[in-house]
Parts: sequence; structure tokens; C-alpha cells
Amino acid sequence: MITLRNVHKSFGSQKVLDGLDLDIPAGQITAIIGPSGEGKSVLLKHLIGLLQPDSGTVEVDGESIVDLRRSELNRIREKFGMLFQNVALFDSMTVFENVAFPLQEKTSLSKEEIRSRVVSALEDVGLKNIDDKFPDELSGGMKKRVGLARAVVLNPKIILFDEPTTGLDPIIKRAIHELIKDTHAKFGFTAVIVTHEIPDIFDVAQNIAMLFRGKILQHGTPDDIKNSSDPAIRQFISGSLDGPIRMA
Amino acid sequence: MVQALGHVTIGVVRDLGRAGWFLLYSCYMIVRRPGSLVHVLKQLRFIGTKSLFVIVLTAGFTGMVLGLQGYYTLAKFGSEGMLGTAVALSLIRELGPVLAALMVTGRAGSAITAEIGIMRITEQIDALETMALDPFKYLVTPKFIAAMISLPLLCAIFDVIGIYGGWLVGVKLLGVNPGAYFYEMEKSVVWRDVYSGFVKSFSFGVIIAWIGCYKGYYAGHGAEGVAKATTESVVLTSVIILVWDYFLTSVLL
Repeated sequence: MITLRNVHKSFGSQKVLDGLDLDIPAGQITAIIGPSGEGKSVLLKHLIGLLQPDSGTVEVDGESIVDLRRSELNRIREKFGMLFQNVALFDSMTVFENVAFPLQEKTSLSKEEIRSRVVSALEDVGLKNIDDKFPDELSGGMKKRVGLARAVVLNPKIILFDEPTTGLDPIIKRAIHELIKDTHAKFGFTAVIVTHEIPDIFDVAQNIAMLFRGKILQHGTPDDIKNSSDPAIRQFISGSLDGPIRMA
Repeated sequence: MVQALGHVTIGVVRDLGRAGWFLLYSCYMIVRRPGSLVHVLKQLRFIGTKSLFVIVLTAGFTGMVLGLQGYYTLAKFGSEGMLGTAVALSLIRELGPVLAALMVTGRAGSAITAEIGIMRITEQIDALETMALDPFKYLVTPKFIAAMISLPLLCAIFDVIGIYGGWLVGVKLLGVNPGAYFYEMEKSVVWRDVYSGFVKSFSFGVIIAWIGCYKGYYAGHGAEGVAKATTESVVLTSVIILVWDYFLTSVLL
């Protein structure tokens, strides 16, 4: 369970989050949708303490993560896995080393155990025989899948996905969504997905929250959002040019 | 006008504070969690071993030009025999530590900033943080340790090669008495000279790692941000080395 209350965040004179409230239920997939540049990634980074709010509270399982000492924050971060928008694989390490890295650093597993965990994590995302490749030798879809394997390899309780399917072809996009659903069904983690994938996300997420002008406009089930009467949400899911959402 | 001045001042003070904190935290991490030996060895190879060629090359020519210039000056007083002393003292006390540090700044300092800067803009540093791992342990402390070990050693090599460069020109080309070259040197170079050279090069190692890592860690956005950080890193490191060298010399003299 992650709770945000009255979160404000500005960069210079630009107000990004403006008194945002959000409850992310444990064990479910929550999607955060909204127009580009509205601060969805900023919101996601607040959940794991990569960004600190100017004011307001962020609590993970009842513990505040605002202004914590690094050691305290790291203790809470051990619950998390994160897939970044541009994946952020370590580019001087091979695929195998990337996925093995959290295991080497955070566990006392033997070399053989690590190898088998990494191989099975990569197989789960449908990747074989690319262990010795470097990230810049991979396609966008493969990188995303390696990132996914790295994010889940420690079996975290909470996984954050920042646009996991942006820039991928429809088939790989579908495959990644299925992968998230399958791994979620298998491990039961809490997932937060920042995404633009309308309508695909309605089949993946159990909760959807729409971020607009620094606040959560509506938070509910996919059906609630689909049948919303809010003009901004209607405009966003229909992809219309007319409505309250203006292109910057 | 006043507002702009205040803005700049606040910016400078904030940067200084951040850089100071960066150095303190790095020192703390070196003591608490120095990082794995593999990372340190990798950096030793990069900062130390791979700088050898350029150090040997510059040291050779620095020593040779010292031999030439020293001979020209000393010959005016008829004391060519002191050439060994002049070359050795200039190298050990001053030129060895400073030139070695400036060469390493150009070669490794820039690379350190670029590497960490690229990791910053591609969110690899954030990725480490989300794994509850301290980026300093992987990216910063191994570079500090490697630079603190490498610089005094590179400086020693610089000194030795330079002295032989001076010998080559002074003794072999200009005909200074070979016995006098080394005998006068041995007589006048004392442990204090060598020691002050090592103190200097050790502290230059800290400066190179500090500014190199700091500029990369807080690199701006995109390729331009990294390019700017790298340039600033090299310029700032070189300036700090020369300024610090003056103060250190005045204390150690």
C-alpha cells in the first residue's frame, strides 16, 4: 500500500504536482495515465524516493519515505523493483551481468544459484542466448525485457514501470503486457505502471488513475474510467483534439 | 542587477557546499565501504597503468628540456656540475607532481566525468539507487582510492624518467661530468623534498577524483550537459591543482 497526501512538487517556476492525493492498493496493478509532460514519471519517482516532494507525504506500507536518512530509505527501497522509461541498463555490463548484479550485491547466493536464477528470469521474459551481448547491441523490445528481468529478479513486493511499452511494435507491446500480467499472477506484487497505452491498459490494470494538472482527476476501475463523464478523461481516452487538454 | 548578482552568488555558494559535501561523503564512504577490490583494480588499471605511456613520454622530454635550460643557466656561473641537483630538485619538488597530475587530469579526469555523466543522464545512477545500492560505492570510491594510489606512483616514475632525461642531455650531449651529475644530486636532495612531492601528488589524486566524479555526478541534461561537465571538470581540476600547489608549497617549504 502506497499513500500520497497533498504532494506538491515544482521545478523552478513550473508546478508539476499540485496537491496530489493517491492510494495505491497492495497486490494489484495500478496504471497511471495522463497527457505527456503532466509529471507521471515525476510522480513515479516520488514513490521510491528518487525525488522528494516540496511538501506533502509519501508513505509505503505506513512508513513515510520523505526526508529519510539514506540507510533508512535503502531499507524501504529493498521492497522495490523499477523499470525505467529508457530502461537504464548498465551499458558497460553484459545482459547476464545486468540481471545478475542485484543478486550479487543484495544476496549471498552462490555463483551457480545466481546463474540459474538469472537464466530462469531471462527465460521468463522470452530471452535466450543473449547473455553475452551488451545493451547497445539489443533492440528496444529486448532491452525492455532485460530491464523487466532485472526488476523482478529479486522478487520485490512493489514494481514500478515507467512506460514499459513506449516505442515498441504492437506485438511486442502485447507480449510485454501479457508478461506483466503473468508475472503479477505468479508473484502477486504491487505494480504501478505509467503508460499511454489506451485501450490496452484496460485489460492489464485493475486500477487506473488519471493525472491531469498536477492532481489525480479520477481513480477507479477500468470500467469507471471508460464510462467517466469527465471531459478531460473522455478526451484523453478517445484521443480527440477538442477538449480541456491542450497540447503544449 | 542586484538581483542577478545575488542569484549568481547563491548559485556559487550552493555549488561550493554541494562539492564540499561530495568530498566529505566520499571520504566517509572510503572508510566505511570502500567497494569491491575488483572495482578498485579496474580503476587502478585505467587511471594508473594506462597513464604510464603518456607519463613516461612527457617525463622524458621535461627532463631533457630541464637539462638543456639548466645547463644554459648554470654555465653562465660555471657551475655545470650542479645540473643534476637542479634537474632533480625541480622535478621532485615541483614538476613531477604537477605535470603528472595535469597529464592524468587530461587523460583520466575527463574520462571519469564523461563516464559518470553518461550514467547520470541515462538514469543508470538512479537505477543503482532504486536497487538500494549506494552509487558512491560503485562509481566514486574506487576512483578515489585508485587515484590516491596511482598519482604518487606515477609521480615517482615521472621523477626517475625525468632525471634520466636530464642526464641524457646534460651528460651525453653537453658533456657534464657524469659523476658530478649524480653525486651533487645525492648530496643535495633530502628526504623532505621527496616527501613533499609525494604529499603533493597524493592530494592531486584526491582533487582529480573529486572534481572528476563531482562534475559527472551533477552533469546537466543530454549530450551537451556531459560535454560541458567534462570541459569544466578538466579546467577546474587543472586550476585547483595549480592553486593548491602554491599553498601546499608555501606550507611544506
